[in-house]
Amino acid sequence: MTPDDTQQVLDARGVDDALVTLATEIADGGAEGLLLVGIRRRGVQLAARLAEILERTHGIETPTGSLDITLYRDDLHQIGPMPVIGMTEIPTEITGARVVIVDDVLFTGRTIRAALQELADFGRPRKIELCVLVDRGGRELPIQADYVGIKIEAGERDLVEVRVPELDGDSSVTLVSATEAK
Amino acid sequence: MSEKRKESGLGKDLVGLENVSGETIQAILDTAEPFKEISERAIKKVPVLRGKTIVNLFFEPSTRTRISFEFAEKRLGADTVNVAASGSSVVKGETLVDTARNLEAMRIDMVVIRHGSSGAAQFLADRIPSNVINGGDGQHEHPTQALLDMLTLRDSFGRIEGLKVCIVGDIVHSRVARSNIYGLQKSGAEVAVCGPRSLIPTRIEEMGVQVFTHIEDAIQWADSLNVLRLQLERMNAGFIPSLREYNRVYGVTQERLDKAPREIVVLHPGPMNRGVEIDSTVADGPQSVILSQVTNGVAVRMAVLYLLAGGAPERAEEAKKGEE
Repeated sequence: MTPDDTQQVLDARGVDDALVTLATEIADGGAEGLLLVGIRRRGVQLAARLAEILERTHGIETPTGSLDITLYRDDLHQIGPMPVIGMTEIPTEITGARVVIVDDVLFTGRTIRAALQELADFGRPRKIELCVLVDRGGRELPIQADYVGIKIEAGERDLVEVRVPELDGDSSVTLVSATEAK
Repeated sequence: MSEKRKESGLGKDLVGLENVSGETIQAILDTAEPFKEISERAIKKVPVLRGKTIVNLFFEPSTRTRISFEFAEKRLGADTVNVAASGSSVVKGETLVDTARNLEAMRIDMVVIRHGSSGAAQFLADRIPSNVINGGDGQHEHPTQALLDMLTLRDSFGRIEGLKVCIVGDIVHSRVARSNIYGLQKSGAEVAVCGPRSLIPTRIEEMGVQVFTHIEDAIQWADSLNVLRLQLERMNAGFIPSLREYNRVYGVTQERLDKAPREIVVLHPGPMNRGVEIDSTVADGPQSVILSQVTNGVAVRMAVLYLLAGGAPERAEEAKKGEE
């Protein structure tokens, strides 16, 4: 394998700063009925950190939930053996709530489409917004984020890797460019 | 998006637990956990099996198992058709092949079969490319019942490994007992049976199963009792002298449970004969997890359907070739 061109986009400090900014933007929309829902897997940890910042610096206590969108994927029957499913936990009534979906990377938009469909099975939120740490472009559906930590231009076959302390030991965003030869 | 993908270890079908590994059983039970939550939602349906057609082919009467499978299928978004074989005539091999071919011609994806003959599920699985799930065949196996029993035990104790489980009652005719013995032993539990000698298979000890002929001894030993339905039709065949006699000697009563050195968890696959194999005070009491079993049944069946749907296309291809 040829070595790929790896470039760190955000270090731990950069991720923290981005999350602080995102939390401020979310807080500008008010605290009423706010519910953060992280998409498994790394969106869950990011949502927890956003909730922490919201409480510490904005005095907003918000419940957080998690969503596993596997059962709503549109490619489930094309990918071979069924993937392991994680727990979906929505802690409060979502009808009437302002739900902010949190995910690490926004790419094709298909994950978010699945998340929207799944949320609809829990009730009818007043509003659903989308918060992502990285928007890498490359949408295949008409979906955009309301809150974006950092926007990067990544090629279709590039890899954007988000690391979170709980799962990966440290915190960073890295762009791994696919080599041309492939 | 990174994700963990793991082979379920299941092939095209789930015919029994005899040939399923302990790891696969563990994978099915783990998969059942997130499916429990779906049945608690406002809208109890996910689209994972949308567009799949499932036939529930029941040659024997069943309420609980059929409804449980049907809920599981519908909550996964599948289209279901229930076929109840009319009358109780024993369906011969030839007829089953014809049924299978007809089903296949209607382009179905999965079949759940319950049949009075042992081996019927395997027979069908070998002949059609669709996934086949055994919903109980004769005196052979009833794998999803054992899986839901194990899920319920795991909920109660936090583990299966090292548990002492005693299956009580008519073991010799029971597919539930067979599947439980395989599944529990593969999961590291100790298994015993208890009942009148006429209802216990000879040489069952060779399966590594302990035999109790007194319910009092079983209660001293066990963490959990899985009390089987006394199939009343057996009484006419002279296996037991009378229902009252059976209750007096083997009935699971509160009085007997109170003598146990530990709090025994009581399971029953239903339907219950209250006052025969189990007393109402036990069935409705705090030690009973009978209704949890019913709830878990839907989740376990959803897990099996989900895992098989992702299954092994190459095996489906083989089955297709075998037909030609």
